[in-house]
Amino acid sequence: MGNEAIALGALAAGVNLVCGYPGTPSTEVLETVARRRGENTYVEWSVNEKVAMELAGGAAYSGARALVTMKQMGLNVASDPLMCLEYIGVKGGLVVLVADDPGPISSQTEQDTRTFAAFSKVPLLDPSSAEEAYSMVQEAFELSEKYGTPVFLRPTTRVSHGYASVSVKDPEEYAVHPVEGFVKDSRWVIFPKLSFANHRKIEERNAALQDVFSASPLNRTEPEDPLLSGLRRGVAAGGFSYTYVMEARRKLGALRVLKVSTPFPFPEKLAVEFLSGLDEVLCVEELDPYIERELVYICGKYGLKTRILGKMTGHMPRSGENSRDGVTAALAAFMHLPVPHEEADNPPPLPVRPPVLCAGCPHRASFYAVKQAMKGRKTIFCGDIGCYTLGNAMPLDMVDTCLCMGAGLGIAQAVNHLENDRSCFAFVGDSTFFASALPGVVNAVYNQAEFTLVVLDNSTTAMTGHQPHPGTGRTMMGDVVEKVSIESVLRGIGVTAVETVDPLNHALAVETVRKIADLPGVKAVIFRSPCVALFRAPAQAAVDPGKCIGCKKCIREIGCPALSFRDGKAVIDPAQCNGCTLCAQLCPVGAISGGEPHA
Amino acid sequence: MRKSIILCGVGGQGTVLASRLISSAAMARRIPVLSAETIGMAQRGGSVFSHLRMGEDLYSPMIARGEADLIIGFEPGEAVRQLPFLAPEGQMIVSSRPVMPVTAALSDTGYRAEEMLDYLASRVSRLTVVDAEAALAAVRSPKVLNLILLGAAQRCGALGLEAKDLKEAVRRLIPEKFHALNFRALEYTP
Ligand code: SF4
Ligand code: SF4
Repeated sequence: MGNEAIALGALAAGVNLVCGYPGTPSTEVLETVARRRGENTYVEWSVNEKVAMELAGGAAYSGARALVTMKQMGLNVASDPLMCLEYIGVKGGLVVLVADDPGPISSQTEQDTRTFAAFSKVPLLDPSSAEEAYSMVQEAFELSEKYGTPVFLRPTTRVSHGYASVSVKDPEEYAVHPVEGFVKDSRWVIFPKLSFANHRKIEERNAALQDVFSASPLNRTEPEDPLLSGLRRGVAAGGFSYTYVMEARRKLGALRVLKVSTPFPFPEKLAVEFLSGLDEVLCVEELDPYIERELVYICGKYGLKTRILGKMTGHMPRSGENSRDGVTAALAAFMHLPVPHEEADNPPPLPVRPPVLCAGCPHRASFYAVKQAMKGRKTIFCGDIGCYTLGNAMPLDMVDTCLCMGAGLGIAQAVNHLENDRSCFAFVGDSTFFASALPGVVNAVYNQAEFTLVVLDNSTTAMTGHQPHPGTGRTMMGDVVEKVSIESVLRGIGVTAVETVDPLNHALAVETVRKIADLPGVKAVIFRSPCVALFRAPAQAAVDPGKCIGCKKCIREIGCPALSFRDGKAVIDPAQCNGCTLCAQLCPVGAISGGEPHA
Repeated sequence: MRKSIILCGVGGQGTVLASRLISSAAMARRIPVLSAETIGMAQRGGSVFSHLRMGEDLYSPMIARGEADLIIGFEPGEAVRQLPFLAPEGQMIVSSRPVMPVTAALSDTGYRAEEMLDYLASRVSRLTVVDAEAALAAVRSPKVLNLILLGAAQRCGALGLEAKDLKEAVRRLIPEKFHALNFRALEYTP
């Protein structure tokens, strides 16, 4: 996997400290480090990306090599320390791994970290494959130390989650990077005067890096096929899209290609060489028209007559992921070749499959309990980012808003200030609670807001594949530590009404929500029940077809994927059922029995 | 030898593991492998696929339309969805058992597996339908459809791998207490 290659590359570079916050598609980098590290590497899941970035900065101040990992949304959280770190500079190598997500496949935005690199002035390497990512991470450490700057490594989903055969170094060949230790120096204290002086140096350095990158083998041009040289057309590509271009070239004929692996600072000289003699260039890239803008700028700067085509000219899609077929068709059109057309075929209508909460997921029971408790009341249910975003699906329909991590708390407070008669709820997962809900709770208590905080505590970070966090009492170094108690944290902040309840006990859960929701001020319900993806339930539930009256209540109310309806009766798929017993608790005739959830 | 293989199904059916077993088996034979798969939100009951390519001089793990030598469909509807990727002479292995989306159970908009299988039969000349109910009953576990289909794919020759290659991959990637069950599934023939 690309992410595993990045982790092994960092270990081969002798990385001393690795930290980050889970987020698809970046998560497996840190997990692999934790699995394969030697004793010279410290690793942790930090509580959020901002904290992780600050740790990585501290490590780099001390002369250590540090890697910090996150997805593109996490970079927004970490941007404050990163923007400043660029002005301060680093001593030890600092690589910031940010995985972008064209599509988006599992993110809220299609933001482009290449654009962020230009904005923050931090150099960026953009791998096209797992193999490139492996060598680039090692190169990134060298660059970072040589030029005293953090360096981005930006894979996209298909690179991070693609598998490839890559030959890697053995642990005996790993570099050993001794840590010098922190040395007191005024250079570590940011002041306007220092920022002014360093800003000038940064601009000079990045100008110099443009030349370094123009000469680097990371960026290159692929020559055209002599048969096609009369065409005077070329393609500029970066990231995973480069692989689509190279596959299409095999079919369509070899155009001249510019591969951009260092979008920032842009390899200007190389681009000028590539453009000279070309009439038209098509830019093939995902997310922002980044290469396209650079080439348009270069043409203006050097008075070149080359026409630059891409997203901004409508020759490539402005949003979403590229595909092999899409890129092949765009290239064929660009070369004035017949575009392969799709034969019309009429398959039977296919089912739509929106993702759903797993069978037996305790979040389903939690949402259902709140829904039942608040039936007929004027409410708002502010959701958050995690598996539980899926609570929006029918029939639960329990997510009225979802913005970014922790945002539901702020939204619920504002709605309450404006509409006193509305019962406001904010749902957060346990990992999100620690990552980004705490300032929102303090704010609510201080500013006299009234809302119910619902913590869905399944004792893991489920969406990204079950990472430990402060509430689980396990660390990535393998230590068992004191758990940070959500109840104590809330009470410490001044939330007096805090009740913990098992959501799988439906009647009690409903009663608890009713009681808490009617109290004034900020109050909290903690639904605690483990994620079903971690353990197989001891026993599955089954419907007694003799008793089932076919009312469909079980199906209509909770939408468990293990339940379906056949020949007038409900049936439970034993391969999917996790024995949560929620369906059994709501069947009016007691037709369902036998389930037992994992304790 | 270059081979392009698509595995498709519904999140939770074990397509990812099946794809990793193929990759691992091919890599053990020093065949370069590229693959890409759905990870994240869609794994929770959404449509999922893995693209897997083996051989020299490949740039992209993604498979173009009409290029797949083999599609392993874990679910009839999902196999239909991926059909445009199958090469004209390509082979398809498909499980007979539909997985209804929750939305279908809610609004009675279910579809019939027979309709999907008929459609596939009319379009794919080299089609193998695996009777999932019978197979799972025979190996006595509801959880190993992926290995049953993998075994069927291996026997039809489209993987370019031998049975022992897959068995070794199982030994490498799956905990020992499940080996016997997984071998039974791999070797299952109706
Ligand atoms: S007990 Fe009922 S609701 Fe719970 S997982 Fe099984 S079928 Fe679904
Ligand atoms: S709620 Fe009970 S009676 Fe109604 S369909 Fe479900 S199992 Fe049958």
